Amino acid sequence: MNRKNILLCASLTALAAGGNLYAQTGEPYIHDPSTIMECGGKYYTFGTGGGGLISEDGYTWLGGGVRPGGGAAPDAVKIGDRYLVAYSATGGGLGGSHKGTVLTMWNKTLDPQSPDFRYTDPIEVAHSEDNEDCDAIDAGLLLDPTDGRLWLSYGTYFGFIRLVELDPATGARIPGNEPVDIAIDCEATDLIYRNGWYYLLGTHGTCCDGPNSTYNIVVGRSRKVTGPYLDNVGRDMLHGGGKMVVAAGHRKTGPGHFGRFIEEDGVEKMSCHFEADFDRGGRSVLAILPLLWKNDWPVAGDPFREGTYEIESERRGYGLELAVDFVRMEGGMHRFWEKSEEPPVPLKSQTLADVIDTWPEGEISVRTGDYMFRPHQKWSVTAVPESGGYLGAPYYKIVIEGTDRALAATAEKELTTVPKFTGADEQLWRIEQLTDGTYRIMPKKVPGCDTPLALVSVGDSTPSLGVFDMESDNSKWNFRIR
Amino acid sequence: MKNKLLSILTVAAVSAIVTPATNADSREKNVLAPYFSSVTTPHSTPDPDGFIGRWLILEPIGKPNRSNTVFTDSYLREAFNTEYFPGQFTVFPKHGDKVKVGKEKLKWHALDSDLFNVKLFRFATNMRKPYYGVLFWVVTAIDCDEDIPDVRMSAGSNSASMWWLNGEETLLLSGDRRMVKDDCLSARLTLKKGRNIVRGAIINGPGMSDFCLRFLREDGTPVNNIKISINNP
Repeated sequence: MNRKNILLCASLTALAAGGNLYAQTGEPYIHDPSTIMECGGKYYTFGTGGGGLISEDGYTWLGGGVRPGGGAAPDAVKIGDRYLVAYSATGGGLGGSHKGTVLTMWNKTLDPQSPDFRYTDPIEVAHSEDNEDCDAIDAGLLLDPTDGRLWLSYGTYFGFIRLVELDPATGARIPGNEPVDIAIDCEATDLIYRNGWYYLLGTHGTCCDGPNSTYNIVVGRSRKVTGPYLDNVGRDMLHGGGKMVVAAGHRKTGPGHFGRFIEEDGVEKMSCHFEADFDRGGRSVLAILPLLWKNDWPVAGDPFREGTYEIESERRGYGLELAVDFVRMEGGMHRFWEKSEEPPVPLKSQTLADVIDTWPEGEISVRTGDYMFRPHQKWSVTAVPESGGYLGAPYYKIVIEGTDRALAATAEKELTTVPKFTGADEQLWRIEQLTDGTYRIMPKKVPGCDTPLALVSVGDSTPSLGVFDMESDNSKWNFRIR
Repeated sequence: MKNKLLSILTVAAVSAIVTPATNADSREKNVLAPYFSSVTTPHSTPDPDGFIGRWLILEPIGKPNRSNTVFTDSYLREAFNTEYFPGQFTVFPKHGDKVKVGKEKLKWHALDSDLFNVKLFRFATNMRKPYYGVLFWVVTAIDCDEDIPDVRMSAGSNSASMWWLNGEETLLLSGDRRMVKDDCLSARLTLKKGRNIVRGAIINGPGMSDFCLRFLREDGTPVNNIKISINNP
C-alpha cells in the first residue's frame, strides 16, 4: 500500500469513527495558507515556515508543496503564465523584533515535479524597521482586474497595514512608490475586487493559541484600492473597523488568512486556516468554505451539512420528488365553516411504510411538484468521501429517506433514481453553495458526456441536466428542512 | 557613605533633569512626536469625532504577562482594584507629580494626543520606559456647562482596560483585545454640570497598547460640547 492509499484509508477510518466532514481530508496541516492556486489540474497552497500542500481534487490535501525562503505567511497570484509568490522574513513577531521584509519570486509552475519548476531569486519589495509602526510580514497580493495593476498589502497588529504597488511584469516595487496606511489592528490581510468595490480582509483576534485562539476574519471595502476601507457601519479600518466574514464553528477555532478562489461566475470559495481543529487534536488545518456575497459584502458559507431535506427549485419553489402516485392522507378533513367543539387531535405524518409499496421497484423518474413533506419528496444527503471530492468538499449521494434509492444522471442527460446506490459516478453529486446562498448540484459524471452539467429546471415541474447558468434561477436549488 | 553620596548625586541629577519645567516639556514634546504634544492651553475640546485627546498618563507600572490571553474578567478586577499607589482611585494629579509604586517612582505626564487614539506603547517606548507587561493609569477631567444626560462612554483599548466616571465603574474591556473605535459602550449616563473625572486603567502584555475614548449621544453622534482639562479643580 503506498503512502497515499494509507493516508486515504486513515482519513476514511477517521470519518467513519466520528466524522470530520467539515474539513479537508488527507493531511491538511498548515498555518497561514496562501491563496489557493490551480496549476496543471492540481491545487496548491503555501504556509508559514516553507513548504505547502497539494491536492489533486481540491478535497484531499497532502504535503509536498515547495516554497523556499522559510519565513511567514506567503501569498500567491497568477499573472499571465507565471505565478508570483510573496512571503516575508520576520523579526520575531508579537514580543520580538518587528523588523520585517516582504519578498517576491516567480515560478512558471507550482508542480515540483515539472522540469519548469524553478523559483527566481527573491527580491525585497517592502520592509519595516524595529521602530516603525508596522511589521512588514503577512503579504497579500491583488492583481486589479480593472487595470492590471498589482498591489501588495502587509502588516500585523504592530501598527499599520500598508499598501504598496508592485510591477506586474517584474514583481518588484514600483520605483518611488510610497506605502499607504489602510488599516490597523489586524494582520494576515488580503485584497480582492468585486463589482466596483475593493475589499480588504484582515484577521482580528488572538493567533496561535490553539483551541483558545479567537482569530476571526473581518472585511472593509472601498471604491479605491488605496482606501478608505469602511465596514458595514461606516467605521474605517484605520479605526479598527471590520465586518465579520468567518468566526469559529464546526469544532474549529481561529479562522485566519483569507484567500479567494473563483471557480466560475457565481461559484466562489474562500480558503483559510483554522487554528485548531478539535477533531484533529487541535492542529491547525486548511479550510475551504463557500464564499457568499450579501449586499456586496463577502461572508463565509457553512460547510454542507448532511441531513434529510426538501430539494427546492429556485425557479418555482417546487420540491424534487419521485414521479410516483400521490397517496392521499385519510382523515383530517373538517367542515371549516362549521364550529367544532371537539379538541384537535394531531395528524400523523405520512410514512415511508404507508407508500413504498405503491412505488415501482426499478428505476423511477423524478419531477418537481408542490412540496407536501411526503416520503417521495424527502432526500437524505450523505457524504461519500471514499469517492473523492472537488474544491472544498466530498461527493455526496442523494437518496430517498429511509431507502437506498439514489438520484442519478442518465446517458440521455436526464434524471432518474436507481433502486440501489452503487457508488457509480453518475450517482455522486457535487453540491456547492453559490455566491447568492442557493446551491448548484452537479453529477460527478454524466455517462457518455464530457461537458459538466448541473441539475436544472427546464419547466416548473420538470428537472433535467443542463449547463449551469448563474444568471438563471433554473440552475439553482435550495436544501430546506421543513 | 558611599550610598549616601550616591543618593545625593542621584537627587542632583534628577533635579537637573526635571526642575526647569520648560526644558522638560520641550524634551518630552520632542521624544513623543508625532504621537503626543505637550499641553499648552488651559483646556482642550474633543476632536471632530468626539475623541478625548488630553490626558494625564502615569508612567507604566510593571505587570509582567507573557500573553494577553490571561485577561479574564476576574483577573482584571483583581488587577485593577489593587492599589498600586496612594490615592489611585481619587487623586487628580498634575503634570510632573510622582507616585511611588513598589520601589519605583513614576511620574504623571500631561499630554495631548495628536491622533484620535492614545498610543500608550509609544508613550512608553519614547519615554524609554517598559512597554510590555505593563499597566497604565490615565485620568482626565470633562467640564460641562450643563448636565448632558443619556450619553454613553465609548472605549476601545489594546489590550484590556477598565474605566470609571466620577468614581463609578463604567466599562470593563476584557480579553486579548485590539483597540477598535466604539468597541464597548457604557450604559446610559449623565455628564453632570461642572467637572467630571474620567479614570482608566489599561493593561498589556506583549504587543502595542493604546486606547480611544469618547462620549456618544443616543443617536450615535459624538458629544463635542465639553471642555477637557488636566488642571486641578
